[in-house]
Amino acid sequence: MSPELLTGGEAVAHAMRQVDPDVVPVYPITPQTPIIQGFAKFVAEGRAQAELVNVESEHSAMSAAIGSALAGARTMTATSSQGLALMAEVVYIAASMRAPVVMALGNRALSGPINIHCDHSDSMLIRDSGVVQLFAENAQEAYDLTVMAPRVAENPDVLLPVLVCLDGFTITHSAEPVELLADEDVGGFVGAYRIPHSVLDVARPATQGPFAMPDYYYEFRRQQSAALEAALPVIADVAADFERLSGRRYRALEPYRLDDAVRVVVALGSTTGTVKDVVDELRDEGRPVGALKIGSFRPFPAAALREAAADAEAVIVLDRADSPGGAPPLFAETAAALYGSGCDLQGHVYGLGGRDLHPEDVRAIFAGGQPVHVGVRGEPCPV
Amino acid sequence: MSRLKTLVRNQRGVPPLRGGHSLCQGCGIPVVVRTVLGTIQSPAVVVNATGCLEVATTRYPTTAWNVPWLHVAFENAAAVASGVESAQRALRRRHALRPGEEVAVVVFAGDGGTYDIGLQALSGALERGHRFLFVCYDNEAYMNTGIQRSGATPFAASTTTSPAGLESFGKAQRRKDMTAIAIAHHVPYVAQAAAVHWHDLSRKVERAVAARGPAFLNVLTDCPLGWGHEPRLSAQVLNAAVESRFWPLYEVVDGRYRLTYEPERPVPIETWLGLQQRFAHLVTDGNRQLVDEIQEQVDAEWNALLDRCADDGTS
Repeated sequence: MSPELLTGGEAVAHAMRQVDPDVVPVYPITPQTPIIQGFAKFVAEGRAQAELVNVESEHSAMSAAIGSALAGARTMTATSSQGLALMAEVVYIAASMRAPVVMALGNRALSGPINIHCDHSDSMLIRDSGVVQLFAENAQEAYDLTVMAPRVAENPDVLLPVLVCLDGFTITHSAEPVELLADEDVGGFVGAYRIPHSVLDVARPATQGPFAMPDYYYEFRRQQSAALEAALPVIADVAADFERLSGRRYRALEPYRLDDAVRVVVALGSTTGTVKDVVDELRDEGRPVGALKIGSFRPFPAAALREAAADAEAVIVLDRADSPGGAPPLFAETAAALYGSGCDLQGHVYGLGGRDLHPEDVRAIFAGGQPVHVGVRGEPCPV
Repeated sequence: MSRLKTLVRNQRGVPPLRGGHSLCQGCGIPVVVRTVLGTIQSPAVVVNATGCLEVATTRYPTTAWNVPWLHVAFENAAAVASGVESAQRALRRRHALRPGEEVAVVVFAGDGGTYDIGLQALSGALERGHRFLFVCYDNEAYMNTGIQRSGATPFAASTTTSPAGLESFGKAQRRKDMTAIAIAHHVPYVAQAAAVHWHDLSRKVERAVAARGPAFLNVLTDCPLGWGHEPRLSAQVLNAAVESRFWPLYEVVDGRYRLTYEPERPVPIETWLGLQQRFAHLVTDGNRQLVDEIQEQVDAEWNALLDRCADDGTS
């Protein structure tokens, strides 16, 4: 098929149309709204069959999603920022109840001040919820990951919510050429929805979501962690199948021009595209640099990262979220993975609230000597 | 008494809610649950909000439930039920469910999970028109966490967060009229019932599950611990709520009001108040005017209800 000019939001809506979920609870929030609007239009035109449930909040969106996913219906939704913060309580429970909901997350800065542009503070807020978080670099990846996500979520060894994270505006609203798969190919790829036990199975009534005290709670949590760890090989398997279908390759950790790389930048999301361009420029200039794109932030590909960065002298981590009073999340994760490896580790926070990171900024970061917080003005905000 | 026979038959074998749970002696909740589920002829799925019922019936690895049961959190039971109902609708349309495999979706939530923290999700689900039955077991306070006041707690009741004392006569505000809030959503069936009037409750459940849309039942349910009465007096206390007109039994079908029970000889409000420790501070001499005030509130609400019943909804 020839590529179409689509925004990331439109591309995800197409992926949802082709996956053809049974139930889609929706609640609007910028910048994910193009996704649910696009999908609602497909339903209105009869091009998708889902029950669209116009819930009254994101909290109810994820609550309804748990109900439908556990009642035997493939369920997808989308949110951003404050929406994710509001539903965070239920995101934890969705993971704990092993509800394989697929959700697009148009990454946006958390309030306050209120802001609608991209950073990853929303993703990091639910870092420890037990859900899978896959990060897209561009619209094509957002589309492809949305097609792959149900297979990961519904794998019997996983059975967890999967978030497809796409940078707000940078990906959700920017039009790029996107190659769509054929509808029937996507249908065949995702297959039928199956869960071990439906709430609607009245012949085998089950109690789901019971009260677990100190004698069992910890065991539940360990099983959930094990399922998230099991998602790493499942992502690899699903990506291998997807590559056979599409010719496009996905990895939890994508190395970029690592051969003999002395300085390596680690990043998430659309910024990795900028970093790759700068790597190409610097390589052209004869500088031994490379990049590592984190395709799956949860589960985190720690072993692969350690192996990939084994020969680097310096690893530079770019965080698009801060952790006031502590280490930024991607830096902390990378430091834990590389502990004892002997390489020099540096970290930068950038791009909060949608501030651009330009190629020259990335060049300066590769060169070294930049402050931890790049691109921020020092003077106090006017009163 | 065919209804009694039906209820008994439906409780035989494997009743939907078994004994062995840890709800208190005299607690009205299991009476409500058994009457509701015993009345529904089709298979049912229960969605439960966090609260006494959830905690006391599902201590893992045990369960008192013989029907599919789902609990997610406190404030979102109606949203979870929306998802279950939507799943059923979607699967039916895809012919993944055969006719006859339909299940009724029943929510049980306390007054906290209905009047307060659960109100938004309930309002949304009622407005969207999901076909489900929401049953509020209204025991007029947060009993599970230790008798804190809620939006359902009546005026002047003493609770652990609105305690009566030298400078306080208990809850300073009137309770909100949750039944009226549900009615304002233009849903096909809304009713107010009491755990003790099981015959009336059972009839209302029949009408509720037959309704082609959302149905809401607000059921006054005693809590011996929180209300401060002997467990053996549960029926007497609940009867006093109804006979004093504090808790009228009525239904609203497609907007038309109907009293389903009218006390022949209404008793004064003291009869209801005097049976419960939470109102003990009112019957002392200094608070006589509060009792009069409550009587006036009850009379005014009753008369307003009679007006709505007389006006058959066609005007």
